[in-house]
Amino acid sequence: MEIDPLIFRLSIFILSIFVGYYVVWSVTPSLHTPLMSVTNAISSVIIVGAIIAGLSGNSENVFNTSSIFGFLAIALAAINIFGGFLVTQRMLAMYKKKKKDKS
Amino acid sequence: MISANLSAIFYLVSGVLFILALRGLSSPETSRQGNFFGILGMIIAITVTFLSTGNFSTGFIFVLIFILVGGSIGAFIAYRIPMTSMPELVAGFHSLVGLAAVFVAISAFLNPEAFNLGVPGNIKLGSLIEMSIGAAVGAITFSGSIIAFLKLQGIMSGSPITFKGQHPLNAIILISIIVLIYLLCSTQSSNLFWALLVISFLIGFLLIIPIGGADMPVVISMLNSYSGWAAAGIGFTLENTALIITGALVGSSGAILSYIMCKGMNRSFFNVILGGFGGTEDTSSSSSREQRPVKSGNADDAAFLMKNASSVIIVPGYGMAVAQAQHALREMVDTLKKNDIKVSYAIHPVAGRMPGHMNVLLAEANVPYDEVFELEEINNDFANADVAFVIGANDVTNPVAKTDPQSPIYGMPVLDVEKCKSVLFVKRSLSPGYAGIDNDLFYKENTLMLFADAKKMTEDITKNL
Repeated sequence: MEIDPLIFRLSIFILSIFVGYYVVWSVTPSLHTPLMSVTNAISSVIIVGAIIAGLSGNSENVFNTSSIFGFLAIALAAINIFGGFLVTQRMLAMYKKKKKDKS
Repeated sequence: MISANLSAIFYLVSGVLFILALRGLSSPETSRQGNFFGILGMIIAITVTFLSTGNFSTGFIFVLIFILVGGSIGAFIAYRIPMTSMPELVAGFHSLVGLAAVFVAISAFLNPEAFNLGVPGNIKLGSLIEMSIGAAVGAITFSGSIIAFLKLQGIMSGSPITFKGQHPLNAIILISIIVLIYLLCSTQSSNLFWALLVISFLIGFLLIIPIGGADMPVVISMLNSYSGWAAAGIGFTLENTALIITGALVGSSGAILSYIMCKGMNRSFFNVILGGFGGTEDTSSSSSREQRPVKSGNADDAAFLMKNASSVIIVPGYGMAVAQAQHALREMVDTLKKNDIKVSYAIHPVAGRMPGHMNVLLAEANVPYDEVFELEEINNDFANADVAFVIGANDVTNPVAKTDPQSPIYGMPVLDVEKCKSVLFVKRSLSPGYAGIDNDLFYKENTLMLFADAKKMTEDITKNL
């Protein structure tokens, strides 16, 4: 009997929860705000679904109800991706050690 | 056009890069590299999606246009946003993830052929369940985050909004969401799908309105977690590994942060979520409160105390963010350091309106991160310090949490500020903090109250040093 592919996806999901659990506990508390903004950015990988939805129309009719929702989702996710990564970068650039340690 | 197997492998690669992005945050040195891994993972995921659809017609141009429009808005916000507004920004971003999840779910429901999920009216059962869970959680994330955003922005009052029958109402709605998903899966009716979305939006709204301003760290972390679960739900629908891995990572990340925040307040998660804590009763009790003597001073007295100290610990709180006092504070500390006074910063886990809020503000003001300590690291040092400078914090310093079992904050870990030789407390008035209780610290023999705006007072002290 073959195993349903859903079971494999479920395995990936459950194992990723555990990976997430251990990785996030190792994040230093002073970086919890960048952690939130970067998780925001990466969860916008949902844009891959939005792109598939946006491209679902045919070449004569690019816009149908389904693809319009796709395009809107693309814009929302893109705000998050660019905004999330850039604001994280901006924050992380501010974390500096004492000056004397640098020299 | 690349094969489905090859693209699945690339999605796995980008999932792994996202794990490395979070892993990088274990120390500030590796964090920038981590962020780079995250960006790389995202570029791979998007490129692979384009290649796997193999559709480079007019639709592709529009996809690029929408990415550019969204991306420029995002970049503009990212560069312009002041660091003090980070909590609002993160809440706003959560709402967008939620809404994007809803839109993708709607699109997949209307046009399942594009996603290989069957035909309208006969969508594969498994996919429909995953889709409706993703849509419902996404909708809750969206409306909940909007309320959190409005509360943080001050457009909506930060005090809890409660009404009679609130909890039974929420329970009924939550049950009806499950019933609707069940009915939707058995009938495939689109009306039920829309109904599911509407009540999910409604419950997100109802769940967040009873939660007060200072509990926002928990709310933001919780919504962070929800946005992850919504993404994972959609990931199952689309059979996309990158999305499943990311959803799981973000979901557990938000859950851990909520746990840390709840522990920082010694309250259970349910106690926070059911809401209505503090805020409401303080108006009635303020009149009956006994008048106790307080010592108040001015910038001159504070400067004198600090000049004669050999070590100073600074305790920042939300008030510092409101007054935008972080830069003025750093200037004061620079002057103190010139006089060979040892200065460190003590951060309570729930100081501010989101996890790590104070650390970001201090980093913005160029405070080196190795001078900033967490509660457990620094709490024993208060006994040996000469001056504690409390700026904008209140409940997190209240010794009542250790002494009075009747107090609503009893058992909450607090900073042992009262053990310092002297305490300087910058505050605008004697009004109680979020928990609605008086702070015993105000009336201690060794406390000097500095009644002023945090920024102005700090500047004045620097002048007098």
